[in-house]
Amino acid sequence: MLIIKGLKARVEDKQILNGIDLTINPGEVHAIMGPNGSGKSTLAHVLSGRPGYEITGGEVTLDGKDLLSLSPEDRARAGVFLAFQYPVEIPGVNNTYFLKAALNAIRKSKGEEELDAIDFLELVKAKLKPLKMDELMLQRAVNEGFSGGEKKKNEILQMAVLEPKLGILDETDSGLDIDALKVVADGVNALRGKNRSFLVVTHYQRLLDYIVPDQVHVLAGGKIIKTGGKELALELEEKGYGWLTGEKVKA
Amino acid sequence: MTPKTQEPSVEKVTSEEYKYGFVTDIEADSAPPGLNEDIIRFISHKKKEPQFLLEWRLKAYRQWLKMKTPEWAYVQYPPIDYQDIIYYSAPKAGPKSLDEVDPEILKTFEKLGVPMEERAMLAGVAVDAVFDSVSVGTTFKKKLGEMGVIFCSFSEAVHEHPELIEQYLGSVVPYNDNFYAALNSAVFTDGSFCYIPKGVRCPMELSTYFRINAAKTGQFERTLLIADEDAYVSYLEGCTAPMRDENQLHAAVVELVALKGAEIKYSTVQNWYPGDKDGKGGIYNFVTKRGACRGDSSKISWTQVETGSAITWKYPSCILQGDNSVGEFYSVAVVNNMQQADTGTKMIHLGKNTKSTIVSKGISAGKGQNTYRGLVRIQPAAENAHNYTQCDSLLMGDKCGAHTVPYIEVKNNTAKVGHEASTSKIGEDQIFYCQQRGLSKEDAVNLIVNGFCKEVFRKLPMEFAVEAQKLLSVSLEGSVG
Repeated sequence: MLIIKGLKARVEDKQILNGIDLTINPGEVHAIMGPNGSGKSTLAHVLSGRPGYEITGGEVTLDGKDLLSLSPEDRARAGVFLAFQYPVEIPGVNNTYFLKAALNAIRKSKGEEELDAIDFLELVKAKLKPLKMDELMLQRAVNEGFSGGEKKKNEILQMAVLEPKLGILDETDSGLDIDALKVVADGVNALRGKNRSFLVVTHYQRLLDYIVPDQVHVLAGGKIIKTGGKELALELEEKGYGWLTGEKVKA
Repeated sequence: MTPKTQEPSVEKVTSEEYKYGFVTDIEADSAPPGLNEDIIRFISHKKKEPQFLLEWRLKAYRQWLKMKTPEWAYVQYPPIDYQDIIYYSAPKAGPKSLDEVDPEILKTFEKLGVPMEERAMLAGVAVDAVFDSVSVGTTFKKKLGEMGVIFCSFSEAVHEHPELIEQYLGSVVPYNDNFYAALNSAVFTDGSFCYIPKGVRCPMELSTYFRINAAKTGQFERTLLIADEDAYVSYLEGCTAPMRDENQLHAAVVELVALKGAEIKYSTVQNWYPGDKDGKGGIYNFVTKRGACRGDSSKISWTQVETGSAITWKYPSCILQGDNSVGEFYSVAVVNNMQQADTGTKMIHLGKNTKSTIVSKGISAGKGQNTYRGLVRIQPAAENAHNYTQCDSLLMGDKCGAHTVPYIEVKNNTAKVGHEASTSKIGEDQIFYCQQRGLSKEDAVNLIVNGFCKEVFRKLPMEFAVEAQKLLSVSLEGSVG
């Protein structure tokens, strides 16, 4: 499914990723943990095609397709979804309208028929319920005036509607209280399936109590320095990152 | 960790050729270039005008000679040689019905998508089409006539309803109001006239399409719209022009009069040729638009979407004379490449409990300069006057400019005046967010810009709103690289 080989990337003159190797099979959930500045979010951004990064080596394929040569929208259409750490506000643009435009752009690229407003509304309302989101949120402008929790739920709603092959969660737990965290995690878990994989980028083990990963990778200095099962997260929670990196970095 | 994103590259300039750039070949019956009293007499004679109108024109001309070009606006252009302009040109034959209209002209309208003939009927729009300063066709006249609505060319109104012209012409924008209004008063050739009688709600949206055609012909339209007591009318004005290398001057005057309890809704979508990416060619649009809420509880609402012209100098205003009268101004002004716009409104509160709302959305891209200039004046007699002003600017790229120049004069301490302003840059993060959800970059920009303009688009009649959105996407194509 997702295969990353020797991925290197930099921002301006600063090398951030120094050769990442990672394979995620269909249906698997992989967590990326690591200290601040280790390159976690950069990895999420590079995979989704955010501008501002220069790829200096390696390759990434999704179902055999070369991801790095695609524009951000073509990656999205190929099934990559990034749940943003800081979801962006788009004033004046109706949340439903935005989501419908996105879904139809993706459907169109696959040669599928576009959904009309009525069918779409039915679809989105069904996806709303498990997220305990108020229908009124659909009437508001995209993320405008949303609380931190509402923004993150909105990201998960978008993911539920767009049904990606690969969901990348970039520190989705940041700024969430425990109740919101549970709702978000439940939303993600409901989307788990044999054809959908997740890359969960997080600083804390807490999220992984609710979204239980198949594998945990520790990123430091732009490289994966340790890989293990879900118990690795617990170990990190207890010991911090210092014992792995040899630096005095605490989680 | 704090990943940095690069500044958006905005070097890419619009590659979209002006869509409506074609010229109709019509033999014009023109006056020689230049302006003097003889030319004015020639125009007046050609149009078989009554004496009072000729005298009014001459008065305006003599005043104009003493006036200077206004220089306070934030726009720059080379001096205009007014002796190099042709002030009168008209198609030779005077068609009386659509059948007599030159097929070339009809074809031009077709290219522009003007709903005429059956299309007019289907669209439910009455069209008073202005072509090179002279009206060539008026539809729906009969139906409107049955309700007592007069909707015709200005020239026709001069002959058929001289008493209304004499009573109202220049009553809102006097002949000596400003340099361009004085020039217009002296040399205007045609335009539209509309009168809605007492208590009549005009059953359809009235629409005029303007189009500048003959080379070097300045266009000086005159529009006069009167809504009698408790009448209602919604008027649409939309413009396109063919591609030209020489700058074309356009100095129109629009006067609106709303009597007691009347309401006028005046919507404009303006798409004149803005010049090429280096600013060559393009229309100079120096327009005076003003409405008088003369009677109590009357209302005038201006909505404009300005995407065209090399230079826009335009301040649709309201004089709130009647008690409880309401003035509104909703505007979207877009500048791209080398375009310059200095636009806004004036709300003059004279009556008690008068209320005005101003919502201005300026979008600047390329090397465009966009200025909002607005005056809110509360006169001493205007007890309990209210004004709310909101000015938002959106910048695309780092070579454009947005300027806000609000003037507020309050001479009655019961007034409530509110002003809000914001300037924001279209964010690379907003665009990326949309792209990450599967939208193309162009679609992302359109979505963000349309969201920004939503409050104004909501005020436009439905089909106009759709047109305006399309226009915006064409105007801004390629402006984010």
